[in-house]
Amino acid sequence: MLSEYNSELPMSQKVLLNATEINIALNRLACQLIEKHDDFSKTVLIGIQPRGVFLAERLKTLLETEYKIKNIKLGYLDITFYRDDFRRSEKPLEANKTKIDFIVEDKNVVFIDDVLFTGRSIRSALTAVQSFGRPLEIELLTLIDRRFSRHLPIQPDYRGRQVDAINGEKVKVCWKENDGEDAVYLVKN
Amino acid sequence: MSELSVNHLLGIKYITEADIQLIFETADHFKEVINRPIKKVPSLRDITIANLFFENSTRTKLSFELAEKRLSADVINFSSTSSSVTKGETLIDTVNNILSMKVDMVVMRHPNPGAGVFLSKHVDASIINAGDGAHEHPTQALLDSYSIREKLGDVAGKKVVIVGDILHSRVALSNIFTLQKLGATVKVCGPKTLIPKYIEKLNVSIETNLRKALEWCDVANMLRVQNERMDISYFPTTREYTQQFGLNKQLLDSLNKEIVVMHPGPINRGVEITSDVADSKQSIILEQVQNGVAIRMAVIYLLASKIKHNED
Repeated sequence: MLSEYNSELPMSQKVLLNATEINIALNRLACQLIEKHDDFSKTVLIGIQPRGVFLAERLKTLLETEYKIKNIKLGYLDITFYRDDFRRSEKPLEANKTKIDFIVEDKNVVFIDDVLFTGRSIRSALTAVQSFGRPLEIELLTLIDRRFSRHLPIQPDYRGRQVDAINGEKVKVCWKENDGEDAVYLVKN
Repeated sequence: MSELSVNHLLGIKYITEADIQLIFETADHFKEVINRPIKKVPSLRDITIANLFFENSTRTKLSFELAEKRLSADVINFSSTSSSVTKGETLIDTVNNILSMKVDMVVMRHPNPGAGVFLSKHVDASIINAGDGAHEHPTQALLDSYSIREKLGDVAGKKVVIVGDILHSRVALSNIFTLQKLGATVKVCGPKTLIPKYIEKLNVSIETNLRKALEWCDVANMLRVQNERMDISYFPTTREYTQQFGLNKQLLDSLNKEIVVMHPGPINRGVEITSDVADSKQSIILEQVQNGVAIRMAVIYLLASKIKHNED
């Protein structure tokens, strides 16, 4: 919860996007997806666990209600067992649910995540998704693209907002359904 | 809580309820993994595991090996019948020789109770006990309780009867510990000669009438009669054992409720359980085998995450 988040850590934070701005960005992203993927008959959306799932669900709802696109396939992909920092981090890595009940073989896959930072999660997701078939093409959509912080040559195809944040800073994306409000903060420790 | 409280899995006795729940939750994820088109994850690609089997085993060995391979670990196998153990090498020497080849984890089955505990004190690797004599067989008990949880929703509050050769069974002891830690009530049923003298000290009740035991329980775990461990005759004939403690369809159908039937394998068909019961829809024997791989993946994954990464 955001209120907890605020009270626990004495830090300064700046609003990067408010609810209205997020809504505008979501609508733009939805339209960009339609431009490329038409009726989504050959396309599947995959939310990256844990935080990409909220964005993926929002986009799906938006595409279905505002833009009347039917039968959008959405799955959740957990990348825990594919990460490259197993036994290198202090805490053991905890898994989330993977739920992909369709075949990605010969499909256009769109990975959806809230923040693109080092690119390592997406690298893991690229490996993980191979367990479900050989996609025709994979694209990446992120709400926030943290520029200048990539460890790997991975760039988004669709981005909500590009942000210059230094390493000590954190970008926090809040969703109404999970955190009580729609907002993106830049948090300074 | 997202870390095991132990560095080895030597027995259920040494782990907590929270550990068991963590293993179950992790196994849920691996069960999903092993039902994918590609049933493999790269998590343990820098881990080497030695399977040391100083006693015969088919399914446990296969299950562990499959679990290790599904996690992308490197696997080496060893069985005592074809090794230098017959030439007089000690256990510690055998294991240290294997570990000097940079092995991170040892899965061991041994005929002597406590072999795993002994080894864990003397060698520098994570040990998983795959059965030590008549002592414990923790992964079997975990997969049994996991299968009950899957079938009945929860283990807490359930009544489980373990039928058969309790005296020689490591499965029975590990099952008693697991079920009790998860809040189930346990009864044992079998010939008096095959029930250990002090079993009631473990808060386990004894029933010598199979029908009464079955009428009481939600789950019946039928154990194999371990002829190979019996030094003397514990019951007159196999036929008499079957008549008193064998589970058949007629007995199962005459109960006023539907119970779940389990068996850790290998089955002596027609002795402790008849074929029609073993293959009936109340039996979850094959689910147990499938869950065995998921449980072993979870145990190996959780223990491997506690092995410190070597920076050099």
